[in-house]
Amino acid sequence: MSEATRAEVCAAACADLFRGDGEIVAAAVAGFVPMLGSRLARATFAPDLLTTDGGPSLSAEPVPLGAPAGTVEGWLPFRDHLWLVLNGRRHVVMGPSQIDAHGNTNISCIGDWKQPSRQLLGVRGGPGNTLLNTTSYWVPKHSTRVFTEKVDMVSGVGWDRGAHEIRAVVTNLAVLDFETPERRMRLRSVHPGVRVEDVVEATGFELAVPDEVPETRRPDAEELRIMRDVLDPKGLREREVPA
Amino acid sequence: MSSKVMSVEEVAGSLESGMTIGIGGWGSRRKPMALVRAILRSPVTDLTIVAYGGPDVGLLCAAGKVRRLVTAFVTMDSIPLEPHFRQARQSGAIELTEYDEGMFMFGLYAAAHRLPFLPTPVGLGSDVMRVNPELRTVRSPYEDGQELVAVPALRMDAALVHMNRADARGNAQYLGPDPYMDDLFAKAADRTYVSCERLVDTADFAKEGPVQSLLISRSQVAGVVETPNGAHFTDCLPDFGRDEAFQKLYAQSAADPDRWSAFSERFLSGDEAAYQDAVRVWREEAR
Repeated sequence: MSEATRAEVCAAACADLFRGDGEIVAAAVAGFVPMLGSRLARATFAPDLLTTDGGPSLSAEPVPLGAPAGTVEGWLPFRDHLWLVLNGRRHVVMGPSQIDAHGNTNISCIGDWKQPSRQLLGVRGGPGNTLLNTTSYWVPKHSTRVFTEKVDMVSGVGWDRGAHEIRAVVTNLAVLDFETPERRMRLRSVHPGVRVEDVVEATGFELAVPDEVPETRRPDAEELRIMRDVLDPKGLREREVPA
Repeated sequence: MSSKVMSVEEVAGSLESGMTIGIGGWGSRRKPMALVRAILRSPVTDLTIVAYGGPDVGLLCAAGKVRRLVTAFVTMDSIPLEPHFRQARQSGAIELTEYDEGMFMFGLYAAAHRLPFLPTPVGLGSDVMRVNPELRTVRSPYEDGQELVAVPALRMDAALVHMNRADARGNAQYLGPDPYMDDLFAKAADRTYVSCERLVDTADFAKEGPVQSLLISRSQVAGVVETPNGAHFTDCLPDFGRDEAFQKLYAQSAADPDRWSAFSERFLSGDEAAYQDAVRVWREEAR
């Protein structure tokens, strides 16, 4: 088995986001890598997780990216996703256009809200997700454009604005968390081949950096086999994170 | 039993400038596009649109029909950003009421139940509260004393939804994997117009799907229109999926004024039958 690619390291890091979550819905809406990660978690150490087919079906087994649900164990149309947000048994992974040191995020618009310079999606479910559900983030291109001192429109609330739990941020370079006394973002690990200063330079605010920064774990042979042969044989993960 | 069958022109003709219009579906999924296209051709303007937005919102913005939009997002799903909506926002052409998806749903539930508001914690802490200064909070009268956002009812003058099947009386059936919020739109609006892929005899609903697929009752419906392929280019599963190639053409055209006039001329200058013909010709050429 060849060595893990960066995309596979990212997917395994996304899988690790769900450790200890138990029998909840993994709503990994941010892209192929976190979706793969959630299904990898379910296929390995988190068999109780509930995962979707990317649509309203809860699949009986973790299905390959892009594949139909196969056997369906439940139904989760949008209205029930929105019910589940309030009910709480859900861990969502979103993709921020901007994120600050406290984990406030923006997917709505860039610039002045009244007449933005770049209109994006709108807040979507960000306010509810972050206030009530465990939330993590996936950033496929770690840069100072995304990691900003302030976000222009708080669509997802951070630790300083009442977030339920902003667990971690997985990027193409590193894993970041909020395990500091004031819940500011901290560098938890750098992916193999990435230097700490690469992450610091690509971050537009002061990042808490411990004296010793470990390397992000590499997926083991079984995880690589599952990703390559079972869950993502088309290699969609590699499109999202160029090697 | 009287028939409520109408034409798309009659539906558009019944709307008035300044109205608040709800549109069902979600993003680029099961949108009542034939009804939207009929509005584009009608003189009606100055609308407040209430929708989980997709290209319906984009088209109405491009045609200058929208004064205010109430939404949580505008997206085409496989193409994340909607070019016409972006332009409308970036040029300051429309006013916006921007809610979280769940707040929006509670606004629909409140209107459907004729309640003035429904409480939810969602929105607190976020800039949704900053950009909607009219939003008020309430405190739970019980021991928890929790502060909650009072999401006002999203009342509408009219709602437009697209279903897979309907009968002439206005009962309507969805056969796809997600009802979206279409029944809530129907219940929240003063009057609702249903377009459908196929009109069927009431007795034939049972052949199409289980009883719980009868999403909308005729008591909520003012008019029904048969518009085959009427959700195009959004999806209408299981009748058809999203026309991804056409959606791409739409998005590319919308991003450039010259290409947009060519697109409008080719596809949007005639009636619904002309639109469907033009799409067929385009598809054959693209083959």
